[in-house]
Amino acid sequence: MKMLRLALLLPFLGLLWLPFYDRIEPSFLGFPFFYWYQLAWVPLTSLLVLLVWKKGARS
Amino acid sequence: MTAQAPGPVALIVFILFFAATILLGSTVSWWRAHRPAHGADKSEDWGLGGRQFGTWVTWFLVGGDFYTAYTVIAVPALVYATGAFGFFALPYTIIVYPFVFLVMPILWRIAHAGRHATAADIVRARFGSRPLELAIACSGLVAVMPYIALQLIGIRTVIAALGLPGEIPLIVAFVSLAAYTWLGGLHAPALTAFIKDIMIYIAVLAAVIVIPVHLGGYAAMFATAAQHLPKPQGNHALMAGQAVPYATLALSSALAAFLYPHTLTGVLAARSADTIRKNAVMLPAYTLLLGLIAMLGLMAHAAGIVTTHSSSVVPLLFLAIFPSWFSGFCFAAVAVGALVPAAVMAIGAANLVTRNILTGRGQDVGAARIVAFGVKLGALACVLFLNAQFAIDLQLLGGLWILQTFPALVLGLTRIRFSAGAMLLGWVIGTVFGTYLCFQDGLKPTHVLALGGLHQAVSTGLLALVVNIGVVAVATVLVPGRRTETTVA
Repeated sequence: MKMLRLALLLPFLGLLWLPFYDRIEPSFLGFPFFYWYQLAWVPLTSLLVLLVWKKGARS
Repeated sequence: MTAQAPGPVALIVFILFFAATILLGSTVSWWRAHRPAHGADKSEDWGLGGRQFGTWVTWFLVGGDFYTAYTVIAVPALVYATGAFGFFALPYTIIVYPFVFLVMPILWRIAHAGRHATAADIVRARFGSRPLELAIACSGLVAVMPYIALQLIGIRTVIAALGLPGEIPLIVAFVSLAAYTWLGGLHAPALTAFIKDIMIYIAVLAAVIVIPVHLGGYAAMFATAAQHLPKPQGNHALMAGQAVPYATLALSSALAAFLYPHTLTGVLAARSADTIRKNAVMLPAYTLLLGLIAMLGLMAHAAGIVTTHSSSVVPLLFLAIFPSWFSGFCFAAVAVGALVPAAVMAIGAANLVTRNILTGRGQDVGAARIVAFGVKLGALACVLFLNAQFAIDLQLLGGLWILQTFPALVLGLTRIRFSAGAMLLGWVIGTVFGTYLCFQDGLKPTHVLALGGLHQAVSTGLLALVVNIGVVAVATVLVPGRRTETTVA
C-alpha cells in the first residue's frame, strides 16, 4: 500500500507545473481556466488524501 | 475613491462583536467545565490545551491560525497589485495538505510519547544536541514575532477604516488580546476560533455573491478587472517569467507553513494522530474560502477602487459595496480573525522560550504567561515605533528562516542517520546564505538565477533550503551520525 501514497504527489504535479494551467481559455461559469483549474484541485486533493488514508488503513 | 467613515452603526456593530469575542475567550476557564486531561499539568493545559482537542476544535483552531486576518488583507492586496500572480497562495494552501497528512501524524506521535510541545523539543530528542535545539527555537521565535505584528496591523487597518484616528484603538485591541491569552491560554483561541471562522465565512460569502451581482456576473468581473491590470501575452494568465516564481513560492510556502510555532502548536494540541489526518481532509475547505478571498483583489478593480495603499483594498471594497452596518460586521470579522492567530502565535513563542531557550522545560505557567505578554508587547512596539514595512520585511525573512528548520525537523524523521553537527552546519549556511541573497535583492521573495544565459526568478527560501540540504548531505557523508539517542532529555 506504500504505492498508493504516490497518489499524494499528483497535487504537486498538477499545481507546480504551470504549463498545465497558465491559460485563460477554456473558461467555465465565467471563471478563466487559470482560476477554476486551481479551485478544482481543492476538493480533488481532499478526496485523494481521504482515499490514501482509508485504503491505507484497511490494508 | 475616498474612504468615507461608515458612521456610528458600523462602529457599534464592530464593538459589539469584538467585545463579545474577547469576553468569551477571557472567561473560557470559568464557563468551560474544568477537566484537565489525565496527567496533563497546568502549563500543558495552558500552552497545549492538555493535548485533548478533537477533530472539530482542531479544525477551527488550525484553520483559524493558519488562515489569518492578515491573509484576508494581504492576499487580496497582492492580487490587486499583481493580478493572477497573487493567487500563488491557492496552490500553496492545497499542496500543504498531502504534506500535513504524511508528516504531521508522525511528529504528533513523537511529541505525544515524549511529551514535547515544540519543534525544538522534538529536535532535541532526536539529535540530543543543545545547540541545535537553540537554533531551531530561535528560528521559530524570530519567524513568529513579525507575524504577530502583522495581525496587529490587520486590526489597525480595519479600525482606521472605521474612521477612528490615532493609536488608542490599537492599544485597546492589544490589551484585549493580552487579557484573552493570559487568562484563557490555548483554550481561548480554540474555543473562540469558531466565532471568527463563521464571521469570516459570512463576510466572504456575502462578498463573493453580492459583488459580482453588482458588477454583472463573474465573466464581466474578470473582464473589467483585466483592463486595470497588465495584459499577459496571448492566452496566458500570468506574465512572461512569472510561472517559475509562482510555483517555487507556492512550494516553499507550503513546506514552511507547518514548521511555524503557531501552526505546530495547533497540530500538537490534537487528541490523536487520526485527528490530524481527518483535518488534512477537512482543512482544504478553508482553502476554497481563501481562493474566494483572493478574488476580492480582482473585484476591487472591477468595482472601481483606486488606491496606492493596497492593504486598504478590502476595507474600501466592503465600504463601497455593503451597507454600513454590514461593513462593521465584516471589519469585526477581520479584527476577531486577528485575535485568534495572534494568541496562538504568542503561546507558541512562549512555549519555545520557556521550554527551549530558558532551561526550565516549561513547568511554570506563570513564566509562560509573562513571556507570551512580552512577545506581544514587542510586536506592539514594532507596529507603533517602527513602520509597518519593517514587519512585512521581517515576516518575509521569517519565512526563509523557518524553512531552514525543515531538514532537522522533517528529514530527521527518516531512517538516515544525520548527525547533529551536519544539521547545525546546514542550518547556519542556509540561513546566512538566504538572508544575504534576500538583502542583495532588496528584500524580495525571489532571486534571479542566471543559468547559461537564461534568467529565471526562483523563491529565495527554496534556494536557501536546497543549499541547506546539500550541506547536510555532504556533511553526513563525510562524518556519519552516531546512533541516535532518543531518550536524551
